[in-house]
Amino acid sequence: MIPRSLVIAVAAMLVVVVAMGTYVRRMRRQAGTLQSAADLQPVAPPPSGPTETVTLYIADDAAGTLRAQSAQIPLPGGRQQRAEELLRALLRIYQQPDAGHPLAPAADIRSIYLVAPGAAVIDLNTAFADQHRSGVLDEQLTVNSLVETLAVNVPGVTRVRILVEGNERETLAGHADLTDFFDASTIAQATH
Amino acid sequence: MRVLAALSRPALVFLLALTLLSAATSADEKRVSVYSSVATYALPVIDRAGHEYVGLLELLEPLGRVSAEKSGSRWKLRYNAIDSEFVPGRARARIGGRDYDLPLPFLFDNSRGLVPVSSLSTLLPRFLGAPVNFRESARRLFIGDVAIQSSILLDPGAPPRLVLNFTAPVNPTISTEPGKLRMLFRRDPVVPPGGQSISFDNKVITQVGYSESNGAAELDVSANAALMATFSNGGRTITVAAVQPSAAVGTAPSPPTFPGGPVPQNPTGPPPAGQITAASSGDTSHRVLAVVDPAHGGDERGSALTATLAEKDVTLGFARLLRHELEQRGFSVVLLRDADLNLTLDQRAGAANAARAGIYISLHAASQGTGARVYTALLPVEGRSNGTFHAWNGAQARALPVSRTVAAAVVSEMQKRQLPARGSSASLRPLNNVLMPALAVELAPGPNGISDLPSANYQQQAAAAIADAVAPFRDRMGVQP
Repeated sequence: MIPRSLVIAVAAMLVVVVAMGTYVRRMRRQAGTLQSAADLQPVAPPPSGPTETVTLYIADDAAGTLRAQSAQIPLPGGRQQRAEELLRALLRIYQQPDAGHPLAPAADIRSIYLVAPGAAVIDLNTAFADQHRSGVLDEQLTVNSLVETLAVNVPGVTRVRILVEGNERETLAGHADLTDFFDASTIAQATH
Repeated sequence: MRVLAALSRPALVFLLALTLLSAATSADEKRVSVYSSVATYALPVIDRAGHEYVGLLELLEPLGRVSAEKSGSRWKLRYNAIDSEFVPGRARARIGGRDYDLPLPFLFDNSRGLVPVSSLSTLLPRFLGAPVNFRESARRLFIGDVAIQSSILLDPGAPPRLVLNFTAPVNPTISTEPGKLRMLFRRDPVVPPGGQSISFDNKVITQVGYSESNGAAELDVSANAALMATFSNGGRTITVAAVQPSAAVGTAPSPPTFPGGPVPQNPTGPPPAGQITAASSGDTSHRVLAVVDPAHGGDERGSALTATLAEKDVTLGFARLLRHELEQRGFSVVLLRDADLNLTLDQRAGAANAARAGIYISLHAASQGTGARVYTALLPVEGRSNGTFHAWNGAQARALPVSRTVAAAVVSEMQKRQLPARGSSASLRPLNNVLMPALAVELAPGPNGISDLPSANYQQQAAAAIADAVAPFRDRMGVQP
């Protein structure tokens, strides 16, 4: 015959096991809820829309020039979203480890505003400018690349202004003057 | 809209105050002037325990390849292929494998190796392999055969004229006071014209005195009338003449003055007492003014070329060499900064425009790429000027074609010297804001990499190329509208 004390001990252990299992299950649910909340941080939406062939003007530090490169990227329908997606595609090339004109991993295009007539305003984030390499050639190639890519692929853009975090900045990283609009045709003449 | 007319005057006044203040401050500093065929420069003298010292690394840097490091208690310096070791507090050093006794102990102060000024005449030949001539009382060091001799002749005509001929172009700072005209040679290796004083049996011009101190030579002309100096013969001749009473009336407005050198003007009358001024001959030997702008300065360091090397320091050394090269080719040269000063871009453009310079050259340096890049302003050639007023950001438009031609010549000249160079346009202020032909040169590493950037030899090669390219365009660099 099984002693009564042993039966009571086994029953108590079963109760503890069931209680712990319930507790662990609740904790997992809570953790899942917190993870979902974290996932609600804003992220750039994946580009949507039909894939198009565009021409990106990519800076090459070694040659000191821009080279045209065709790329197929999904572009949304709106002009503004299209412009932003274009420059983000350009940025991804510069953020690759073996880029010929490296930009900081944290560099980003905050927004692009297309304002009539023919003017575009590129708003860079702070990391783009603060972590940009300093030098006349380095900075001018970045400016030329942004302006040329925008002007060629977004019809009607003839002048481009560059802001940093929504504000006017005197230079990109100590040299390239950002206080005025860039004339797209002048830059095209200078780069070709 | 900002217009040049509105901005140039306050900018000029501010700049003049700034530069004259810096000139006054620097005039009080003790310094050693070094004259060599490679570079002419001045170094500050440091007083320690009642004795004068100078930084050895700084002294040798413009003359060749030099590096230094602290290794334990020893300070090791390598100049070209010569190794040396110094121990702080000791008067014995080892140079090129041989012992050398300094007259006073070597000092290591603020990461700088200091040697006594009194040791230079015997210490430097150990590194340079050739004798030097150190005029110790005046702290003027001549390396090689660089001395400029002079001869003085008095023409007793009416009015009497004193003609000073030099064996090479000179560019003194000239000032006047009642009965005296003073020529101060800070950068020219001028030596005494025979005796220390020459007297004339003339009622107007009575005496010429020579003196030298604190790294500069001075020629003083004494007279019983107001005097005026004019340059001719490509800067090799200075003629000092008494001013005719009628010519002294109604003088032109005072020209801008700069600490780095004189600004040419037509000699219409005697300058006010104490004013820094100079004159050009105004006819056959017109000296074009070149404004050389070492970019950045002060708090604004520019690119960090290495962990310890800032762009502002490389541009300043490069500018000093370019000044020398341009002066050798007959230009008057002003450096917009000859020290570690803060200057805004507007101040730089304002000073160049107000001086009515013939050409503006901005100097930069970068750690990327090789050779040099030569830039002109990135703006439409048509410009946006309206009559006599010029839009501030388009002021360069009218001079841009000449700027591009000169820039192409600079690229070509550099390539001739096996220095990789490329021309381009850049949105680089203040190129857009200056009225005269303007270009920017960005010096990049040479064949030996980034260590070339501060090297005087490498900079000298680039500076000579720029000067050779710019010189043939002097006739197209007139006074700007």
